[in-house]
Amino acid sequence: MQPRWPFLVFIGLLILAGISTAAFRHQSYGVPLLPGQQHTVWQVEARITYNARNGPAQVLLTLPPEQSGYRLIGERSASTGYGFVVSEPGTGQRLAHWSKRDARGEQLLYYELELMQDASRQVEQAAPGPVPLIEWEEPYRTAALDILSRVMPQSADEFTLAQQLVLEIGTVPRDQSLALLLSQYSLSNVFADLLSQANVPARRVQALLLEDGRRRQSLTNLVQVWTGDQWRLFHPTTGPIPASARYLLWQTDTPAVLEVVGGTGSSISFSVISHTRPSLELAQDRARQASTGLSLYSLPVEEQSLFKLVMLLPFGALVTVFMRVMIGVQTSGTFMPVLLALAFLQTELAPGLIILLFVVTLGLMIRSYLSSLNLLLVARIAILVLIVIGIMTVVSVLSYQLGLIRGLTITFFPMIIIAWTIERMSIVWEENGPWEVLIQGSGSLFVAISAYLVMDQAVTRHLAFNFPELHLIVLALILLLGRYTGYRLSELRRFASLSERH
Amino acid sequence: MWRQIRPWLDPTQWISPTSLHQQGILGMNKRNVAYVARYNPRDRYPLVDDKLQTKLVAEKAGVPAPALLTQIRTQHEIEAIEPVLQDYDEFVIKPAQGSGGKGILVITGREDNRLIKSSGARITTTDVKRHLSNILSGLYSLGGKPDVAIVETLIHVDPVFAELSYEGVPDIRLIVFKGFPVMGMLRLATHASDGKANLHQGAVGVGLDIGTGQGIKAVQYNRPIDHHPDTGAHFTEIQVPHWRRLLTLAARCYDVTQLGYLGADLVLDADHGPMLLELNARPGLTIQIANVQGMLPRLRHLEQIDNRYMSVEQRVDYAIQHFAHELMASRIKAATAITQSTRQGSDRYNPV
Repeated sequence: MQPRWPFLVFIGLLILAGISTAAFRHQSYGVPLLPGQQHTVWQVEARITYNARNGPAQVLLTLPPEQSGYRLIGERSASTGYGFVVSEPGTGQRLAHWSKRDARGEQLLYYELELMQDASRQVEQAAPGPVPLIEWEEPYRTAALDILSRVMPQSADEFTLAQQLVLEIGTVPRDQSLALLLSQYSLSNVFADLLSQANVPARRVQALLLEDGRRRQSLTNLVQVWTGDQWRLFHPTTGPIPASARYLLWQTDTPAVLEVVGGTGSSISFSVISHTRPSLELAQDRARQASTGLSLYSLPVEEQSLFKLVMLLPFGALVTVFMRVMIGVQTSGTFMPVLLALAFLQTELAPGLIILLFVVTLGLMIRSYLSSLNLLLVARIAILVLIVIGIMTVVSVLSYQLGLIRGLTITFFPMIIIAWTIERMSIVWEENGPWEVLIQGSGSLFVAISAYLVMDQAVTRHLAFNFPELHLIVLALILLLGRYTGYRLSELRRFASLSERH
Repeated sequence: MWRQIRPWLDPTQWISPTSLHQQGILGMNKRNVAYVARYNPRDRYPLVDDKLQTKLVAEKAGVPAPALLTQIRTQHEIEAIEPVLQDYDEFVIKPAQGSGGKGILVITGREDNRLIKSSGARITTTDVKRHLSNILSGLYSLGGKPDVAIVETLIHVDPVFAELSYEGVPDIRLIVFKGFPVMGMLRLATHASDGKANLHQGAVGVGLDIGTGQGIKAVQYNRPIDHHPDTGAHFTEIQVPHWRRLLTLAARCYDVTQLGYLGADLVLDADHGPMLLELNARPGLTIQIANVQGMLPRLRHLEQIDNRYMSVEQRVDYAIQHFAHELMASRIKAATAITQSTRQGSDRYNPV
């Protein structure tokens, strides 16, 4: 006998390949493991207006950087007559770039962004360079040093220093030095510069608060403080902003969010709406964008729906193999039950069963008449195929007319196989009697219903189509079953008379 | 309906896998993987799946079999069958690739223009032609392949069996492993089996002692049975005549087919003695119930043996010696000891 281990190693490799590919696709494309998962999607619209100077015009809009918690799933621009590109500079942020040769009067540009909320997404934050030297003018320099000399001793590290500064800013009445600084500089400016003066990396950023249904929003000025391992977001008056607050960082590096060349009076406002979308749809979009070639999602929708059925077949085959090898159920025609189960998927179980039993019974009756006609076998089968189709057509039309079962799809019934089944059954009937027909028929039906119940599970449908690599595991299981040499359940009864009791 | 379901719920109607294992019962899966697939070369299957080929090969090797009267290959030939059959009063029509006794038509005589079936029913030549047509269309062959119909001489039941079997011809199934007869069973037709010696259809199987050809135990529908439901004959009193000739005939089928795991179906003809009826590359497992014995210890025993230099007679001797019923009881207990002694046993037969 061949050694067993290469076979087992092969099985192990198949299972490993199946699981790891599925895990990879789950991780990288976010294909959900279970059906029905939803994700929140934020739709952010930036509305830009300006007055053109009746000549060439260019508009540059800084676009939000990649950041933790959000995943960009789509962007577009609506602006008639404008050339539009999104440039990705080597460093720094992405820019939306509109251009027009001859812009006249008031101009309106839209940029729309779709973001998926994804807590699992983490973006590595680069450590900042050396803190730039702040050049204060007097008397502001003295005022700044005065504030720091008071706050510094009360802090332990970058974070606590920033917190203490927020407290200092929030104290009423305001301290004289601070009031002096704020008379010259903006709040976020003072906050960031004071931190820089204390050699704590800090930068001014602009962020958008994501709230459903908000319109005409503007960006909020915030400060990011580097706390040794990450940037923490601070509001100069309210303090640290928790990660759960939905601030979308829009601008971090460049000084301006919006830049217009060839126009005046530019302004930008944002509106935000959120909705939920099935995770699966999002994953499909991403897989399509990644265009890695071999993906079922790349097929036309019609083909896809066909494959949704086809991909279920191996699971039915697995059930059939299990039933035959482990249980020992007798079926008429090896994989006829799987095809029946596939048909039941189209019709639902109860109507499918009723129609099948009806067709087979009627077919058997007509077949008993045919046997007296002395026809050749091929002709007999062909006639049965015609009869089966006829019965199905009548059933279909009648049930529709009576409004019994709406939109019943019975075309998936394997007509030729049913015709063959009727022929075989009728031979069994003639040779071994109706009881044997019942036994063989119920064996096939039992396997068909079991296969149906497995294939009809939402989880099975979902996994079979969205993780085709799981079929490697099905393959491994069938291989294992193919080498099973133990007893079948039915044999425990078949050989019962060999038990010591007898 | 309840009568059919109740036994399934009764725990005494089941046997534990451990118990089956201890008794060395060969299961269907193990038979397929460890014996049929391993010892039967695929290219030899046509020899046994096609009864016409079996017959021709057997004839060449001098293995007696019912004489071939004619064969029908085309629908066209069916029309011209009447004058051919006119010469014979009794004959058997079989599909060459049929299985499980399906499609076998036994004609035992004529009455006016009609033919008499073994069951006593009268049929017309039109019925025979339809049957032939069904055979050619592949109704009885696996997968519905077009088939050939064989017409052969009718076997006359040896008078020894006359009182045992209800209608039909009793046949003797011998499992032959690597050329050694391993287990035997006499199959008797019953009223329930419609005169066919097919266990699935209700025929009775009587386990036969390899050493003597005596009946051990009988089963019908996989359940023990003491006497024939129709004829009332007691099974344990059965002694199959020409036992050694039957064993030899079966053992020779291995040399003819080179199939390591083989079921040989033999008949005893009143005039011609033992004859080969057909061969089976996937013989069933009920024979173990009829023998009240698992086949695995014997198969494992023989797997250790080098049969290359053993003649048919030597193999039959070996089987009679080792697989006789009395010996087996003690042998099963000491399965390991068997393996030891086997090695020595094989040396004995080595002519070198």
